[in-house]
Amino acid sequence: MTLRLPLALAALAVAVAAPALAQTPAGGDTGGGVVRVAKPVTGQQVYEAVCAACHMADARGGTGAATIPALAANPRLAGAAYPITVVVNGKGAMPSLAGPLDDAQIAAAISYVRTSFGNAYSKPVTAADVARIPHPARGGGH
Amino acid sequence: MQSGTGLPTRRQLLSAIAAVGGTAALYQAMTSLGHAAETQFTGPPNLTGARKGASVIVLGAGLAGMLAAHELTKAGYKVQILEYQDRAGGRNWSLRGGDTYTELGGATQKVGFAPGNYLNPGPWRIPHHHRTLLHYCKAFGVALEPFIQFNHNTWIHSSTAFGGKPVRFNAAAADFEGNVAELLAKSVNQKALDDAVTPEDRERLLEALKGWGMLDKDYKYASNLRSASHRGYDRPPGGGRSGAPIPSALYDFHDVLDPQVWTSMAFFMGHEMQTTMFQPVGGMDMIGKAFARQVDGLVTYNAKVSKIAQDDRGVAVTYADTQTGKVTVAQADWCVCTIPLGVLNQIETQVTDAMSAAIAAVPYSGQVKIGLEMKRRFWEEDDSIYGGHSFTDQEIALISYPNNNLFGNGPAVLLGAFAREMGAYRLAGMTPEQRLEAALQQGSILHPASYRKEFSNGASVAWSRVPWTLGCCARWTEESRKEHYQTLVTMDRRIVLAGEHASYVGCWMEGALLSSIDAISQLHKRALEA
Repeated sequence: MTLRLPLALAALAVAVAAPALAQTPAGGDTGGGVVRVAKPVTGQQVYEAVCAACHMADARGGTGAATIPALAANPRLAGAAYPITVVVNGKGAMPSLAGPLDDAQIAAAISYVRTSFGNAYSKPVTAADVARIPHPARGGGH
Repeated sequence: MQSGTGLPTRRQLLSAIAAVGGTAALYQAMTSLGHAAETQFTGPPNLTGARKGASVIVLGAGLAGMLAAHELTKAGYKVQILEYQDRAGGRNWSLRGGDTYTELGGATQKVGFAPGNYLNPGPWRIPHHHRTLLHYCKAFGVALEPFIQFNHNTWIHSSTAFGGKPVRFNAAAADFEGNVAELLAKSVNQKALDDAVTPEDRERLLEALKGWGMLDKDYKYASNLRSASHRGYDRPPGGGRSGAPIPSALYDFHDVLDPQVWTSMAFFMGHEMQTTMFQPVGGMDMIGKAFARQVDGLVTYNAKVSKIAQDDRGVAVTYADTQTGKVTVAQADWCVCTIPLGVLNQIETQVTDAMSAAIAAVPYSGQVKIGLEMKRRFWEEDDSIYGGHSFTDQEIALISYPNNNLFGNGPAVLLGAFAREMGAYRLAGMTPEQRLEAALQQGSILHPASYRKEFSNGASVAWSRVPWTLGCCARWTEESRKEHYQTLVTMDRRIVLAGEHASYVGCWMEGALLSSIDAISQLHKRALEA
């Protein structure tokens, strides 16, 4: 039996299955099931739960075959537009985090980094600032 | 279903099924099946007649690079491979006792596993339809054994169902199917589907639902020996005086509808997750080692590439020896570049603007794997779990049990995490010690009596911090495929890219090999035309 899913039903299924769960992305080798992770809220919480995976707990990044840039003492953070653009759109190996994180979480994380790790750019970034940067269509998989 | 039934009727039937709770499972099943595709492997490339003296530099000694080098050498090319690491294999990799691994950021782990035990940080299972990989495993003498992909007796755990307690996969799955069957049968018997299904097919459907869903004569899914034969017994059939089985109580339907249940079931519907699956005997890196034997003497290790140049006459690759700092410019007629895109994006590469944009357009995933060595096989001895995966909605996502040395005495390594997305970020951001603690804490929910007690030592690999990839797998989207894929996989004058990122079988060794075959086919054709 070959069945093609009508679009309307597909849309319904996505809507039904859309609670804040990290579901198995299409394609690739993956663990299956759903994962529920406590939502980080403050800038420091978001940094530790997400950003530190690559940029390290001390925000110094690292270098191997290529470099994960340091966020510590980074003059490119002086203006907020650059870090917002990078977090929203991704850059190179770094994926877009618009989707996994909402605008308020992104704003909190950027505000935290811009006032920590040897950075002193005190003007907070707001969710509205993040929302002004065009967000990519949410994609996943491989 | 008869084709004469027609689309509207079929849609109504689907809607009806969706209405009784099976929507998501159906959707998952259909999309999975709809996207299923067999490998395109038709046999090894038959490249012959390379021009005398023609040369190729291959960047990267992973499977894609080594296959390219092997086949191009056979075709008559002079091949040199440059590899950043001090070992061949790339993401095809196993960690064993005595190994040392330093991740970006400097955290170093000394692996303490007992002899014979290992963790496969990257690939760990091979679908039966990945024919390219299976072909070369056989050709290169890699012994394969079954990978126990599907085990009905593992645990499903959800923090929001069953009181947060793990339940057996077979019981939860049986209750899901039984309840859906009962509800659909009810719809049929209440004549809700009379417009959708012919009278003959209504009877056939009812019969199927009764048989498939373990329904009783009244089309009810109930606690009885029939449902117990699917979900398990309170007292299983035995011999002698207490031989009579006692059925088990059903789970609450609300709990059964927790998404952890149907997603765990649907996981096995995906084409690439279907049994039979395989693993190499002795660790995944047996494949990388077998490939390395084919290109023995061709690899320059510890070579960090800083520039890839090309002109009308050839390619020039600048690299530094990571041990001595000595800088060398290697030259050849052609180049096969298998460097992961996140790394390649930071290397000065003379390609078209469109190719540069393609290289920059693909982000990487950052899975985390954690291997835990336990002093004994308590999952076998206490829980009757022999291989397979338990699913949990915690960051670790699963526990996977070893497929080899079943019933063995002595320590064994289980996979204590295969985290992805937010769970992976969280674990990757920790120190290796913190990761082990998190894995033990979360795994103890599934194996409360033994997990901590039997733990001996462990090791973790967070792919976002792997120094030679900065990630696990290329993450394409429909949009980025449309805009960049053909550019990325089409030879750019003298340089052609290969690797899992240059395939539609992303994140699998099969994709790396298929892309490599296409890359060297392009290269050979162009070299003969030049």
